[in-house]
Amino acid sequence: MDFATLIQILDSTVRLATPLLFACLAGLFSERAGIFDIGLEGKMLAAAFLSAAAAAVTGSVWLGVGAGIFASLMLSGIHGLASITFRGNQLISGVAINFLASGLTVLLGQTWFGLGGRTPPLTGDARFGPITLPFADALAPVPFIGPIYAELISGHSALVYLAIACVPASAWILYRTRFGLRLRAVGENPAAVDTAGVSVNGIRFAAVAICGVLCGLAGAYLALGLAAGFGKEMTAGRGYIALAALIFAKWRPWYALGATMLFGFLEAVGNRFPNIDLGLFVLPSQFMQALPYVLTVVILAGFIGKAVPPRAGGQPYVKER
Amino acid sequence: MTAMPKWADAVLVPLISLLIAFVISGLVIFAIGEDPIAAMKLMVSGALGSTYGWGYTLYYATNFIFTGLAVSIAFQAGLFNIGGEGQASIGGLGVALCCLYIPWPHWSLALMGAVVAAAVFGAAWAAIPAYLQAKRGSHIVITTIMFNFIASAVLVYVLVNVLRPTGSMDSSSARFDEVMHLPSLHDVLALVGIPFNNRNPANISLVIALVACVGVWILMWRTRLGYQLRAFGKSEKASVYAGINPVRITMYAMLLSGGLAGMMAVNTVMGEGQRLILNSVEGAGFIGIAVALMGRSHPVGVLLAAILFGFLYQGGAELALWTKIPRELIVVIQALVILFTGALDDMVRRPVERVFVMLQKGKT
Repeated sequence: MDFATLIQILDSTVRLATPLLFACLAGLFSERAGIFDIGLEGKMLAAAFLSAAAAAVTGSVWLGVGAGIFASLMLSGIHGLASITFRGNQLISGVAINFLASGLTVLLGQTWFGLGGRTPPLTGDARFGPITLPFADALAPVPFIGPIYAELISGHSALVYLAIACVPASAWILYRTRFGLRLRAVGENPAAVDTAGVSVNGIRFAAVAICGVLCGLAGAYLALGLAAGFGKEMTAGRGYIALAALIFAKWRPWYALGATMLFGFLEAVGNRFPNIDLGLFVLPSQFMQALPYVLTVVILAGFIGKAVPPRAGGQPYVKER
Repeated sequence: MTAMPKWADAVLVPLISLLIAFVISGLVIFAIGEDPIAAMKLMVSGALGSTYGWGYTLYYATNFIFTGLAVSIAFQAGLFNIGGEGQASIGGLGVALCCLYIPWPHWSLALMGAVVAAAVFGAAWAAIPAYLQAKRGSHIVITTIMFNFIASAVLVYVLVNVLRPTGSMDSSSARFDEVMHLPSLHDVLALVGIPFNNRNPANISLVIALVACVGVWILMWRTRLGYQLRAFGKSEKASVYAGINPVRITMYAMLLSGGLAGMMAVNTVMGEGQRLILNSVEGAGFIGIAVALMGRSHPVGVLLAAILFGFLYQGGAELALWTKIPRELIVVIQALVILFTGALDDMVRRPVERVFVMLQKGKT
């Protein structure tokens, strides 16, 4: 593998990791506040659909992003209502949200556009174009550093940079602000937060809303950045990969960056080399596809470091005793 | 708040939830510019108006009985097995291997062999998440989700690289021998003189599904193991104090659950397909969740809920055929049923409870 190929693979790693990173951080906020969310997939799917639909109709990419966040927030609202207000089972609510998104996107897509669930292909201002960072063209001929800067770091869409910026921002919010402290406390010991006179449900709803916004960005990037329009089931399990990355990252923002980059890299390598010849035997492409899930199971089993979820995760908070 | 009689809890609350889910589905149909009443009529006539429609309804229901029972057993033991999809597809692999490589002399023997193979393969696929949950405390929901994806990768690999006959472009196994052909429901009912359409995939697996319902009922409510499973599900601490081994119970619950999910493959792979194809499960593993929630994790409830979903499936196919409503409407209805009978249960239950409390106060 030469240097240019490596740069190409890393470049596509960054692009493929972006939706995972948004979704992983989304899950992080929700689960750190004690709300399990297996509905990341559904929220991303709904956001991808509505953002593509809005961008196709209005021709504006940012209106598309707004619509995507709106769709994702709606589903977050359902999840919050079910798991916070009515103290329902968070896992079951997540499953329901995934199916709701999977069904409604095709149903509405077929009714609105009549293209078998797809949205019209997006062009021009309706999708994200690459942003060329300053001096990228000037630096490009410089050996080694040039390609890294011009191809790997520069030339992505706005949302890619936003996703990367979300990592320090999330770390700062979670570990350096009062809200973040309360959010983490709600996920570990809600009764203590309640005693301090802070509304547990309020913090949890805020966390679920942040999760909705981030999932909306993930979906919007899928439809407006990575692809040009919405296709049926286009998330293709990315919500679950993000969930896996979240466990891999042990519910921490910087680790989340590492985990999603790793899973993005696996996908990029799998796309580039369907079958990897190791000399002795050939690794089939299915192996690469299954690898993130296998790694997550291994991590969960505690063979490589233990992943400990937030202690009050999955339990609705009951105030009166 | 114990004013609510048992029947209200078991029947009234799920029915109200179902009604809400249906009303919202009707609104969805209305919103996309179709007539909900006409759609309902078409679904009923398409799924239940002929023995042809009934055949498809019962064929789908057979799948949902198996996956519904699978989710139910795990629910009873306090575990959420979301991996029915993966367990059923690996079960299908078991059925295919059993039918392709063993020269069965007669379909009845092959059927028994296939049932065992499907159950063993399904159970084996559930065994690893179960072991990790029991021994290492890894969350079973996450591991079973991961195992669904791993199962689909395994199945693609095996179908494309091992089971695909040389020269075939289709990623599917070879056809099973003619001997392996299961009697259809038409043949079974003809024995007792009931005329039934013969151009539908309903087959003798339905009988196995019904036997499984009875078996699960006996197991859960008439045996020591069933009692232990239910006790464990109600309160882990109390059951451990009573001397129930949590590792053993988790393993048993998940093995039974995985085995039942795997047995679904007898219906799809052996009964209908006569060969193993990609994605023969078609989401039935997930519908099992809706069926179990709707049926309150009881075999009778599961049977009724499975027939309801079989009806929705066949009715939905008819809708897609004759109107502009896409098949995905069923996925929306399924989501709403899961949402209202599962996650938003409390929203329905609280007002119903209040009504019963008021009624009681009125009496005294």
